[in-house]
This record gives sequence, structure tokens and C-alpha cells, in this order.
Amino acid sequence: MGWPFVWLFYIWSEHVGRVLNFMDLLIKNATLVDPAEKREGRFDVAIKDGKVAQVASHIKGKADKTIEAKGRLLCPGLIDMHTHLREPGYEGKETIETGCRAAAAGGFTTIACMANTQPVNDNAMITEYILNQARRLNHVTVLPIGAISHGLKGEILADIGDMTHEGCVAISDDGSTIMNAALMRKALEYAKSFNIFVISHAEDASLAGEGDMNEGPLCTLMGLKGIPNASEEIIIARDIFLSELTRCPLHIAHVSTREGVNLIREAKKRGVKVTAEVTPHHLILTEEAVKGYNTNAKMRPPLRSATDVRAVQQGLKEGVIDVIATDHAPHSSADKDVEFSKALNGIVGLETAVPLTYTLVLKKVISLRQWVASLTQKPAKILGLKNKGTLRVGADADFTIIDTKASYTIDSKNFVSKSTNTPFDGWKVHGRVLITAVKGRLIHGT
Amino acid sequence: MEGMVSVSFKKKDLLSIEDLTKNEISFILDTAASMKKVSTERFIKKVPTLRGRTVINLFMESSTRTRTSFELAAKRLSADVLNISPSTSSITKGESLRDMALNLEAMHPHIFVIRHAMSGAPQLFSQYTNASVVNAGDGAHEHPTQALLDMLTIQEHKGKIKGLNVGIVGDITYSRVARSNIHALRKMGAHVIFVGPATMIPSGIEKLGAKVSHNLDSILSKVDVLMMLRIQQERQDKTNFPNVREYSRYYGLSKARAKLLKQDALIMHPGPINWGVEMAFEIADDPRFVVMEQVTNGVAVRMAVLYLVGTRGEGA
Repeated sequence: MGWPFVWLFYIWSEHVGRVLNFMDLLIKNATLVDPAEKREGRFDVAIKDGKVAQVASHIKGKADKTIEAKGRLLCPGLIDMHTHLREPGYEGKETIETGCRAAAAGGFTTIACMANTQPVNDNAMITEYILNQARRLNHVTVLPIGAISHGLKGEILADIGDMTHEGCVAISDDGSTIMNAALMRKALEYAKSFNIFVISHAEDASLAGEGDMNEGPLCTLMGLKGIPNASEEIIIARDIFLSELTRCPLHIAHVSTREGVNLIREAKKRGVKVTAEVTPHHLILTEEAVKGYNTNAKMRPPLRSATDVRAVQQGLKEGVIDVIATDHAPHSSADKDVEFSKALNGIVGLETAVPLTYTLVLKKVISLRQWVASLTQKPAKILGLKNKGTLRVGADADFTIIDTKASYTIDSKNFVSKSTNTPFDGWKVHGRVLITAVKGRLIHGT
Repeated sequence: MEGMVSVSFKKKDLLSIEDLTKNEISFILDTAASMKKVSTERFIKKVPTLRGRTVINLFMESSTRTRTSFELAAKRLSADVLNISPSTSSITKGESLRDMALNLEAMHPHIFVIRHAMSGAPQLFSQYTNASVVNAGDGAHEHPTQALLDMLTIQEHKGKIKGLNVGIVGDITYSRVARSNIHALRKMGAHVIFVGPATMIPSGIEKLGAKVSHNLDSILSKVDVLMMLRIQQERQDKTNFPNVREYSRYYGLSKARAKLLKQDALIMHPGPINWGVEMAFEIADDPRFVVMEQVTNGVAVRMAVLYLVGTRGEGA
């Protein structure tokens, strides 16, 4: 047979394939929630070549693999726009590999990682290193966030253009605040020129100082140093004004205070290009968790009062706060089993975010659709990911299947992450991630 | 002493006054009153109560009075005492408090007495040891034996604590003495007023059941006890008050201010005193100045505490 026959056979087989509907993967009878497509209900989803091929109430045809998902929640792959992967530099706490595997175990298919590694991700070489590690692992999608300032020192701008060119999706000095307003203004202007946005860690360093926990009666009782709400609000207000001045999109990381939510609400009404995120722990825990000098409840911003917790929940419900982001911050026992004032800030979050925040759906604080949107559609939009955060036909076949009825007890010993610094050990929760898939390939569950 | 053990004190540790009940405080004070006789009435100032027991004084922050007081207390109870200070310990080699606790625990001591610059450190330490832990002052959190010796001093002079008005003047934000005292005084039924500029009054202190005043003169005639706190110049952010002269002018106990106090008021201070700052030199001669009695009672209270946690109410 000569080449025309080969060619004809190829055309024919393609045709037959389409008619007979050969698929790589078919998800049957799932309870699909895809806020971007306004789809909610029982659907079949067909996947071919790593893309969503078809979404319909009933899909016929042959697939290499079929997942029966009756009664299970199917949503676009979850996106966490705030993680700390610790590599390079702090591989004892987490590596890009363990962080990615923890993400997959927690239902996340895309994660954005902060720049406070050692060395800092303030130049294209580090960005390239992170992306190479992720590429080699070929697992969840890793989106690096570059530093705003060189060495996170808040003095001069990092190589923002180079890092963007290499693949950074945003810039942030997360972990510390750019205290110089003029530098923050320049960061916003410069970021805008490269079509990326700026993430603000909003905490006035002079007010927050060496603070240990939320300022208030409990802090006074425990003899710890307080961090007032105003430390966050002052910087949120400043950065909103700077975003207005520069017309550069601004994202406020881990909002924790009531007045912080109010400032963002007013700014959005005025049309400022500001978005915001809240962490699962700021949605669920109050400062009471610190009692007994529990260093696994020590983080920046600190856990706040019950009034603040209600306000961030309300902010999420209204859409003032767009996104749930974990602020996954792994630390080893050497950094946490120490005197409270000496302990480092942060907790792991990738593997507990789904069950913890699903509580808000069960308690009817937010709807199921809002919950899914805050973990998929909305972070995808902020990060400018056109083919993620939705299961529309043609989009990347990143998806997460969750058994929302399953209840279990959180046990940090079972974490995939290298670190176990969580205040949620022993909590009884609902919502187990069964399957996580990136571009049609199962990376967690079977 | 054996007779007293019938009302037992079962706590392994003394970490804070907040943890104690009114009855436990009273029981410690009663025990201290009999312990005091060992120091003041006997020629041979030693009883065999804690013979064969080891007390480790772990003072991670400088201290003369409290460390000496604990050491004497332990020795008067016949315990074997070891002193560890930061400059001679493996802390300088970067050993964590946890590892230090585990290593010392492996040598099977009976009691640790811990002073530490960070709040909550004795609580952390107690998680890693089966021995008793006595808090000798942790950060700005608590200094329980100081409050107990203050209660003993007040009780000796006033015959009671209930119903008294107590003014505590100075840097409340950084003061573990103030925190232990508010718990003790409230539990014993006294009324407490904190006095100082707002920069030294921590947020939410009213929720602990105290009143707050920024005007020292306005409270002097009303109080039965006036506790002056030390201006911890080594700890002050420079912004808490403009300078020592101005602090002294508005919040120091001058001779003129002392005249406004009741005839039978008590003037107390946890020491060491910055003479001329929170207290004028002349106050030392005031008959109401009971600071040296506080020091004497410190040994008695610490003997009581070591005895009670060391025997866990089981008797020697």
C-alpha cells in the first residue's frame, strides 16, 4: 500500500472515531458544578487528548477508562493561588515534589507559589528552576509568583520583566510588606507594563512589629505581643489608593479583618481593580486557637476575633472576597516546637482546605456554587488562565472529584506534605477528595 | 506540717495563678505561713522535707532575687539544688528548649524552676518532662510566686485580702507581676485599678476585671495597697513615654504623693527598684514601705510551692 492508502485510512479512522466517540476518559453520572459555564447538575464528561471533549447529560461511546461518579461532586480542578513550596532552600520543610503531591491529595490541579524561598525568586534563574522541577515532575501545574523587591528587602524592584518572560504570573513580597509607598507604586506601574498583577501582603510592619498574635484581651492575658487589625487595614487602604492611582490590578492576600473587607467592598464599588482572598483558617478559626501557646495557630496575619471571622465569611458570601487560598506554609518541628514568640508563622493547608471550607457550604454560609467558584473560576480569572477553572468543551481536562458525604478525622500523620504543622489535627470533617486529574491524567486516586 | 496535707494540693506544676482556685491560693498561703517560721524563728534554718529530691533552677533570664529566693527555699527544705544559667548552658550552642527539657528529664530530677524571657516557655517545657515545673516568671505572662508573696504580705498586714482596693502602677503591658497579681487579687476578692499612661496599658485589660486610670493622683487616697512596678528600661520601646524624667513626674511615687496615701496603706514593689524613677528615695524610710517583708515572704512562699509540688500533696 502506498501513502494515499495510509492517508485514507487515517481520515477514515478519524471519522469512525468521531462517530463511535472514542474517548480517553469518560466520567459518568457526576454531580457537576462548573460556575464558569453556569452548569450544575448530573452530567457525563468526556475527555480526549487532555481536553474536555464533551459535556452532556448522557454520553455514549467507548472510552479507555470510565469513572462512575454517581453522587460524587465533579468540579474543575481546584486552583490555589497562594502556596509556599519552600524549594529552593528549605527542602526540609517541603519540596516542589512533595508540595505538588500534597496539592493533588487536596484536590488542587494548579498552584501558585510564593517567592520567599532561599534564594528568593527575584530573578529568571530561580523562576526557571522552579518551572523545570515542576515540568520534570509532570504533575500539578505550578505557577511561580516573583518577588516585588530584590531579596524581599523592600528596597529596589526585582527582575520583574525577566521573571514574567520566564513564566511568573504575578509579583508579591508575601511574608513581608513593601513599606515604602513609592516603591509599591512603582511595582504596580511596572507590573502593569508586563500585564501581570501585584499581590499585597497587607501588614504595616511598624505596627505589627514582632507581634505574636491578634491584639486584644486574650493576647493581654497570655502576655504576648499584639498585632492590631489596623496594621492590615492601613496597608489595604494604601494599596487600594495606589492601585487606583496606577490603574494596575491589585490582589489582597489573606484578608483577616472586618474593616479590611469593608475597604475592599468600597473600592470594588468605586471600580478599583482589586481582588482578594481569604484562607480556610481565617474563615474558620478565631484567636482562641492560640490558647495554651499553640504554635500551630501562629500565623501572619494572625487569627482574629469572632467578629472578624464573621466578616470575612460575609465578604466571601457577597463576593467582596473572590478566592479561597490556602497560604500553605509548611514548617518543621524545629520551627514550631519552640517558645511561642520564637515559632515561625504559618500552617499547612493544601490537604485540609477542601473539607474545612466545605463546612461553610454545610452551614449554608455560602452556596455550593460559590464555594466551587472561589476555588476554580475566580482564581483562574485573576491569574488569567483561560483554559482552567472550568470544564467547558475545549478547556484543559483538570478536574477534581469529591465525596462530599464522606466524613473522616484529619490526621496529620497521613499528610503527603513533608510538614504537619496544622491546628486541625483530630478535627472531624466532611468532604473527601477522591480523584484529582490534570489534563485528563489521574494524579491522585483511581 | 503533716496536718495540713489533709487539704491537698494535687497539681504537678505551678505555671500560673490563672490556673489556681481561691482555695488553692489560700492553701499555699497557709503553708507559706508555717514555712516562714523555718526562716524567721529557727536557728537551724533547715527541715528535711525535700531530702533526696533534686531541684533544677533554670534561669534563662537574669535574676538575683528570685533565683536566690528559690535556691534558699529549696536548700531550707534539704533538696539538692542545681543552677543553670544561659551563659553556661547549651542554649548558647543553639539547643532548643525542647531538647534541653528532654535531656535534663533523662537525669530524673524532681522539680524544675524556670525563668524565661518568652511567655509560655514553662508550659512548653512541662510538656517534655514528668518532673514538676514551677514558673519563676515567663515573658510578660505570669510570675505566680511573686503574686503569692504579695498576697502573703498583704494578708499579714491587713488580716484579709477581700474587699481591699489595690492600685498597680507602671508598665502593665510588659508586666508578668501585674498579670499574676490581677488573677490572685480578683480570686481573693480585692478590687484592682491599673495606673499608667495608655501606652503601658494593654488592650482588653478591663476584661480581666480591673479598672484603669491614667491619673495617679486621683487614686492615691482610695487605695489600701499601692504596688509600684519597675520601669523595665531594658525592655521599653522608646515610644512608650518621652523620657524617664517625665514618667517619674506623672507616675512616680514622690514624697508628696505618698502623703496622699491612707495612713495604713501598704507601699509594695516587686524589685529591683529604680530609685528616683518609679519611687523617690525618701519612700524607703516610709513606715508603709513593706518591700523587705515581701522579700522575706518570697522565701516562705517558694518553700511552700516547692514542698507542695515536690510532694504532690502526698507528704514528704
